[in-house]
Amino acid sequence: MSEHIVPVKVYLAIFVALLLGTALTVVAAFHDFPWQFNTVIALTIASFKATLVVLYFMHVRYSNRLVWVIVIAALFWMGILFALTFSDYFTRDWISIG
Amino acid sequence: MAESYTTTKHAEGHPALQHHFENMEQQREAGTLGMWVFLVTEIMFFGGMFLAYTLYRSKYPAAFASASNHLDITLGAANTGVLILSSFTMALAVYGTQVGKRKLQLFCLALTIVLGLTFLGIKAVEYKDKYVDSLIPGTLIPGHPFSPAVQVPGESFDEHKLHLLPGATVKNVEMFYWIYFAMTGMHAVHMIIGVGLLSFLLFFSVKRRYGPEYHNPIEVTGLYWHFVDIVWIFLFPLLYLLGRHLEHGG
Amino acid sequence: MRAIETFEPPAPSKVNYLNAEYGLKSWLLTRDHKRIALLYLGSITFFFFIGGIYAMMIRLELLTPEGDLLQSTTYNKVFTQHGIIMIFFFLIPSIPATLGNFLVPMMIGAKDLAFPRINLLSWYIYIAGALVTIYALLAGGVDTGWTFYAPFSTTFSNSYVVATGLGIFINGFSSILTGLNFIVTIHTMRAPGMTWFRLPLFIWAMYATSLIFVLGTPVIAITILLMAFERLAHVGIFDPALGGDPVLFQHLFWFYSHPAVYIMVLPSMGVVSELIANFSRKNIFGYKFVAFSSLAIAVFGFLVWGHHMFVSSQSVYAGMIFSFLSFAVAIPSAIKVFNWTATLYKSSISYDTPMLYGLGFICLFTIGGMTGLFLAALAVDVHLTDTYFVVAHFHYIMVGGALMGYLGGLHYWWPKITGRMYPEAWGRFAALIVFVGFNLTFMPQFVAGYMGMPRRYHAYPPEFQVFNVLSTAGASILGFGMLIPAIYLVWSMRYGKRADANPWNLPGLEWRTQSPPPTENFETTPVVTWEAYEFAPPEEIEVIGRLRGEFENV
Repeated sequence: MSEHIVPVKVYLAIFVALLLGTALTVVAAFHDFPWQFNTVIALTIASFKATLVVLYFMHVRYSNRLVWVIVIAALFWMGILFALTFSDYFTRDWISIG
Repeated sequence: MAESYTTTKHAEGHPALQHHFENMEQQREAGTLGMWVFLVTEIMFFGGMFLAYTLYRSKYPAAFASASNHLDITLGAANTGVLILSSFTMALAVYGTQVGKRKLQLFCLALTIVLGLTFLGIKAVEYKDKYVDSLIPGTLIPGHPFSPAVQVPGESFDEHKLHLLPGATVKNVEMFYWIYFAMTGMHAVHMIIGVGLLSFLLFFSVKRRYGPEYHNPIEVTGLYWHFVDIVWIFLFPLLYLLGRHLEHGG
Repeated sequence: MRAIETFEPPAPSKVNYLNAEYGLKSWLLTRDHKRIALLYLGSITFFFFIGGIYAMMIRLELLTPEGDLLQSTTYNKVFTQHGIIMIFFFLIPSIPATLGNFLVPMMIGAKDLAFPRINLLSWYIYIAGALVTIYALLAGGVDTGWTFYAPFSTTFSNSYVVATGLGIFINGFSSILTGLNFIVTIHTMRAPGMTWFRLPLFIWAMYATSLIFVLGTPVIAITILLMAFERLAHVGIFDPALGGDPVLFQHLFWFYSHPAVYIMVLPSMGVVSELIANFSRKNIFGYKFVAFSSLAIAVFGFLVWGHHMFVSSQSVYAGMIFSFLSFAVAIPSAIKVFNWTATLYKSSISYDTPMLYGLGFICLFTIGGMTGLFLAALAVDVHLTDTYFVVAHFHYIMVGGALMGYLGGLHYWWPKITGRMYPEAWGRFAALIVFVGFNLTFMPQFVAGYMGMPRRYHAYPPEFQVFNVLSTAGASILGFGMLIPAIYLVWSMRYGKRADANPWNLPGLEWRTQSPPPTENFETTPVVTWEAYEFAPPEEIEVIGRLRGEFENV
């Protein structure tokens, strides 16, 4: 498995994109969106930034399948923790006892 | 057919090759995989705290928004920029080692350390401000309980006073600050460890230990550093930005 | 002729990993996975006996309905500490850190684990956690139950909660590093020809266990930290007065602690796969099913934690989801039991000590697993929760299951580890005593629990006494049965008959090097061209030899 060397240009582009993403999220934070969209937008931008870091700075884009599986598995497991815990909290009010 | 065994000479070669590996490629693969598995444990570790944050934010939205608005967005954004820049310099340090550009390697490792320390310095300033405003939750500092000055409606705006949105209570604001300190504190601990690791790397880089044929330690420390950056990429909007759209006036 | 029969064992040399170097430093600074396995073996055996002493105190107290031996607060400390020691300092590390550390590199044809220094570090971390916990026990103990539920642990208990929590927190890193090491090793260091589906099932089980180590342990780590901070600094994540929710503690706690029970039983299942196949001299029935069921247990095990919280005010709807998933997680375990049974069918069984433990596992794990299903049914659990039924259920799995597998594996690989055989007659005798004693201890507890006897009480209504007397009698027999191997195994290290490379005459890779192995495991790196349990059919073997190597493959 030969090693892929990422060119500096790519790193620079990602760096600029991350800074832009940060600026964007700060600006969007002051704007009042309906419902919970502020949170959705903030998390979307953050996820996008994190994805750039994972794919390019952490070289996952150029890595073998096992690394991809590991990254996805970790996110999935955090998802299990959240999903099943909130299956409790969000359904507690559905039934009134007594 | 009879030979189900093959004799392999004891792996020779690079002085950094450890005796139980067959070759440098296997050692590199193992090292990288090991760091990734370690990062999985870190994701689950922080995940528990993100869970607590999500739960209590959904329970006390007004308090959390009020508390978040009281954080210094300038320092938070500055820190975000510092950390993103440090990820860039870390990636360049790895690049420099891979292609044999020693000056780039040394300069970028050193710069990453400086940026990491800058982040910690700004964090210390923020923590000090919390202390001054009596926003340290519980009895974390004995004799200095959580007792922020609350903005009374009608008074002129005072940035040291906590402005409570409708529905927010001081009790639940304290919960936010506990989560703030727990998460940023744990993040800072990881930053300190990262700076420590980078210092070792810089020391050994000066001694010419790493180069194009052997740079896995720098690579995997880079993975760790980028992970710490990613945690902050999520912490910043969740802690600093969540209530800004509800701010009234300055 | 198949590749397996052309094997020429290397001429045994007098140098092996035990005598390659002498002195305390060569042990305390070793990087050899086999020596580290022995360091762990000594440590966990020590803690097993400490935990056993606490068990003795419980059973002595429960002989009579009155709380006359121990005060209630002392009794609380005794059962808490029994649980903490047995779970965190014995069962969780037991097979992975001893048999796993020893065998994983050997079974895949490697010279060591991927990170030998991290392996040694994991043992030192274990010892550090152990010392902190021992300090907490000696300073006054902890009385919250091993489950540390808030708000008792965070606010009201007057015992050494933080110190004990710190000990367990530290110990957790030992697990994480072991799991990390195994995962990387199995992925990257298999010998040429050792494909995934040629791996012994013990390796599949260790891999699945390592997944749980890595994914679950960090969550208990953060949970303990949060609990400790809440106790020390009165910050309120779990305190309702401060806006927190005690049930959040339970969610975070059980997210790890349920998979933890699979950490305890999966390695044992891996051992049992080895025992059943090898001591019936037949390829395991449904190899891929057994392999994938290990992974399925590891994954599904993370989806069921709410079944510990059915009566905790958790939402009924969440309870139903968890109940259904708990039924599902029984399926891969059942698949294993069926496959083991099918392996035994029409095979050539030899009832050596390891096989006795393996068969005992199948029987007792089945009972334990089935009673787990009763508890998984929401409505039934409301009646049975916090009674002795639960206590009996989990002891059937952890002692009847996990411990039996551990003892079976210890005996099976003892000649490889020490180069000596244990006395077979004593081995079989002890196995039978353990089996009888175990059932007498815990079967009456099912009945007592079903009839309503609560757990964690030092006094109980007189109608439960007969079950408790039976249980204590059984515990004495069980304890006696456990002492016997402790004695003869130690005895055998000096006086046992010397074993050669392959005393059981088996195809596994670990049997193709001398006993005890040299430090680098194999003289030359093996190239694997055979399947995992490739036994020669009986007609090809002239003499079915037994333990002492007085036979030849012709």
